[in-house]
Amino acid sequence: MNIGVVVFPGSNCDHDCAHVVKDVLGHDVTMVWHKEASLAGLDAVILPGGFSYGDYLRTGAIARFSPVMQAVKQFAGDGGLVLGICNGFQILLEAGLLPGAMLRNRSLHFVCKDVYVRVENAATPFTSFYKPGQILRIPVAHADGNYYTDPVTLAGLQANAQVTFRYCTADGKVVPEVNPNGSLDNIAGICNAGGNVLGMMPHPERCVEAVLGHDDGRALFQSMLTSLEQKKLAVVR
Amino acid sequence: MQAGMPPITQDLIAQHNLTSEEYQKILAILGREPNFTELGMFSVMWSEHCSYKSSRVHLKKLPTTGPRVVQGPGENAGAVDIGEGLCAVFKMESHNHPSFIEPYQGAATGVGGILRDIFTMGARPIALLDSLRFGELHSPKNRHLVKGVVSGIAGYGNCMGVPTVGGEIVFNDIYALNPLVNVFCLGIAKKDKIFRGTAAGVGNPVIYFGSKTGRDGIHGATMASDSFDDTSEQKRPTVQVGDPFTEKLLLEACLELMERDLLVGIQDMGAAGLTSSSCEMASRAGNGIELDLTVVPRREPGMTPYEIMLSESQERMLMVAKAGKENECVAVCQKWDLDVAVVGKVTADGILRVLDQGTVVAEIPAKALADDGPRYERPYQPPAYQDMLTNLNYDLIPDTKDANAALLTLLESPTIASKRWVYEQYDHMVRTNTMVRPGSDAAVVRIKGTNKAVAMTVDCNSRYCLLNPYEGARLAVAEAARNLVCSGAAPIGLTDCLNFGNPERPDIMWQFVMAIEGMKDACERFQIPIVSGNVSFYNETNGLSIYPTPMLGMVGLIEDAERTMTQWFKSEGDDIILLGHTREDLGGSEYIKVVQAREQGSPPYLNLDTEKALQDCVLSLIRGGFLQSAHDCSDGGVAVALTESCISGPEGTRGAVVTLTKGRLRNDAVLFGESQSRVVVSVKPSHRHAVLDHARSMGVPSDVIGTVSGDRLVISVKNEEIVDGMIDQPVSGLLDRWACALERSLNHV
Repeated sequence: MNIGVVVFPGSNCDHDCAHVVKDVLGHDVTMVWHKEASLAGLDAVILPGGFSYGDYLRTGAIARFSPVMQAVKQFAGDGGLVLGICNGFQILLEAGLLPGAMLRNRSLHFVCKDVYVRVENAATPFTSFYKPGQILRIPVAHADGNYYTDPVTLAGLQANAQVTFRYCTADGKVVPEVNPNGSLDNIAGICNAGGNVLGMMPHPERCVEAVLGHDDGRALFQSMLTSLEQKKLAVVR
Repeated sequence: MQAGMPPITQDLIAQHNLTSEEYQKILAILGREPNFTELGMFSVMWSEHCSYKSSRVHLKKLPTTGPRVVQGPGENAGAVDIGEGLCAVFKMESHNHPSFIEPYQGAATGVGGILRDIFTMGARPIALLDSLRFGELHSPKNRHLVKGVVSGIAGYGNCMGVPTVGGEIVFNDIYALNPLVNVFCLGIAKKDKIFRGTAAGVGNPVIYFGSKTGRDGIHGATMASDSFDDTSEQKRPTVQVGDPFTEKLLLEACLELMERDLLVGIQDMGAAGLTSSSCEMASRAGNGIELDLTVVPRREPGMTPYEIMLSESQERMLMVAKAGKENECVAVCQKWDLDVAVVGKVTADGILRVLDQGTVVAEIPAKALADDGPRYERPYQPPAYQDMLTNLNYDLIPDTKDANAALLTLLESPTIASKRWVYEQYDHMVRTNTMVRPGSDAAVVRIKGTNKAVAMTVDCNSRYCLLNPYEGARLAVAEAARNLVCSGAAPIGLTDCLNFGNPERPDIMWQFVMAIEGMKDACERFQIPIVSGNVSFYNETNGLSIYPTPMLGMVGLIEDAERTMTQWFKSEGDDIILLGHTREDLGGSEYIKVVQAREQGSPPYLNLDTEKALQDCVLSLIRGGFLQSAHDCSDGGVAVALTESCISGPEGTRGAVVTLTKGRLRNDAVLFGESQSRVVVSVKPSHRHAVLDHARSMGVPSDVIGTVSGDRLVISVKNEEIVDGMIDQPVSGLLDRWACALERSLNHV
């Protein structure tokens, strides 16, 4: 597979995502400069974490105007897999590829630590290697991860199983005390109605190798790559 | 004289912090009176901050060479060989004065400055650590400073995508009006692709890139070379404002320029801005530089040559490109949306010549500015009060009556308490290398593409240094090395950040000279070269100086990253062994300060040979796979070390049942004394005898003191056959006190 990692000015988890796909999982990576207008030849796209445009104005608010975002919209519209992590999630929200918005963390501080999330929907191309309800230990690192949307949209997300990950306790209870940022309904990640666009605040690329402590994030990338392989096989047949 | 420039008067010279002798030297160098711009350039380059005029004669004594040293002091940063064609490039710098005046921006630009020092060398920064000193948290002002500094470090480092993986913080009211912000950065470079700040090759183009030049930070270096008084907060305009987003672009642009082999030399514009970067690069190459200010990118119109040459606007760099490569350099900078301009060329005459609108506005020999500044051998002598500090009659201090209460008090002392509130605001995992996160003896990051890892620590017990600056400095080197060893790393290099008061005072200068001697002796014994450093004098307000604080940033190498060690207990039933000998070392301890409200006595005894034997022993045990955990005994002694081993692990807490041998010692000395050369280790019972035999063969005292067991920490002391219970606490309660104390103090609850 050939996975594109978009590099905005200020992206800083781009190398980490590339490392996972290439060095750990053995697939090809193409770094896509934000001024590119085409994603031709790529099997999936990752919008990495970081501080695109310094988070000046509002997180993701300037990056959504980068030329590459038109191509990302097209790619997602055609059913391609798009994974937005942290700042990438924020950009997907600003670009309208996912509904809702990010507020400042309830604590008003940047927060970097391991949290637990529960897999709420294991039927997406990003989560098929997980069991429904599986609990993952995974790092967060953000100042604006307080997900918010209007009640109607929230009800729609819940009804369509678009809430993919929720913050929870180590034994899987979804309670406000363990929510690191104050997000609505303890939301840590959501996907679009088609299930091919996922935005999440936690960093799966930071927990892929046991040498760094935990590897619960590895299955997310494996799910994604396997789903792409199956799609290719289906086309060949 | 040029139009609009003020005449040079005695007052103007004094305002520039130049003495009349220094001014006479300027007259001799130039053979004429300097103009206003030139006076400003001399004043910043000859400031204490830039010229090291009071420290240089002593810094020369430090050991700076060794088989691994690729770059010693004198460049933007030091570099040490870590094998496989790679170097660790590292340095530590202070940003104390600006952080007191404006904590957020002061700390943020401190991070920005040290990052530039590292990537200027061709290294990608992979780790930051911070060493901070504040006044006690009962004062709202101190709490404000802590919150501002931590936010500033987070704001800059997080945005840059360089993890802040460790550090240390000490609270003492002596720092209330002079907080310390020392920032350490480490990067990795290819050994044969190290870049230096040199303006070689006459005719080569000199290119400015990065942010535009504004009026901020003018005379920052001069401010940092002066003491504070009640009016210091009015110096806020001399503090620069950081833009980490531009710095991130600058980082990527620099590494791309270097990758493409376009450069001869490069230097960042830190203190003294365009003046220092141009004259230092020229001087290192024995050349001159001609600059045309007309084309320097500016934030506002009407800036004078004086302002442009002295501005300390952040996120700016000066490079000397290979002739004919200008356009390629400019294109790379433009790709990253940076301002860029060819502002001059390298000349053969050794002169830094500055033109504006076709007129020469400054003309000074580059070497005179950069290297021929004044040198002082300032007088030094121990202060009269020194004996009063060290004389402590222990008979007047009753032994502990309630060791449980003393332990809880120590754990709540912000200096010992968990720094979680701080490091959770720092992205300490980005770049996916962090193997040991903040909260163990040293931070460990792996080096991708190899089996190696690098361990880093910043250390200095400034109370020890106050009580005996020579011993304090030796102790700092020993503790830093011990912290690395407890992580499984062999120390390979050191950077220092020497924070002191006013060097014009003989007692302060004595502290400085003694500290240098102590560092020298310890580094020579351990064979650890000092490859970079920084001196910050004048940490003094209204005549009151900080404690001498020779902060050390030490780097160690773990050849096999799988043999990385951490400080917390791992498994129920493991044996706990204390390596090293306990003496009556209460002087200068955290216990004596926090529980007995004294900062007196002689610092702990240190024998360098004993220390070296202990470190060699621990390192070989870790490399042999014999240990489950290893934790250095420092602030709060063995009781606090045991507590931390019980509660600091990421996978939950462990209990321990321990009996310490008392002998003739006081109970508080056994529990909380800070005897050196001691490490608490835990081992699988099957390894117990091998560990004890190994320690014995290396001449290191070893004692099985207990077992990892249950959910309480139980410590007894034993004299002959009499065993006295001292501490019995549920581990959960210890954790709560330790983990939440800092946040509670900061929120004043």
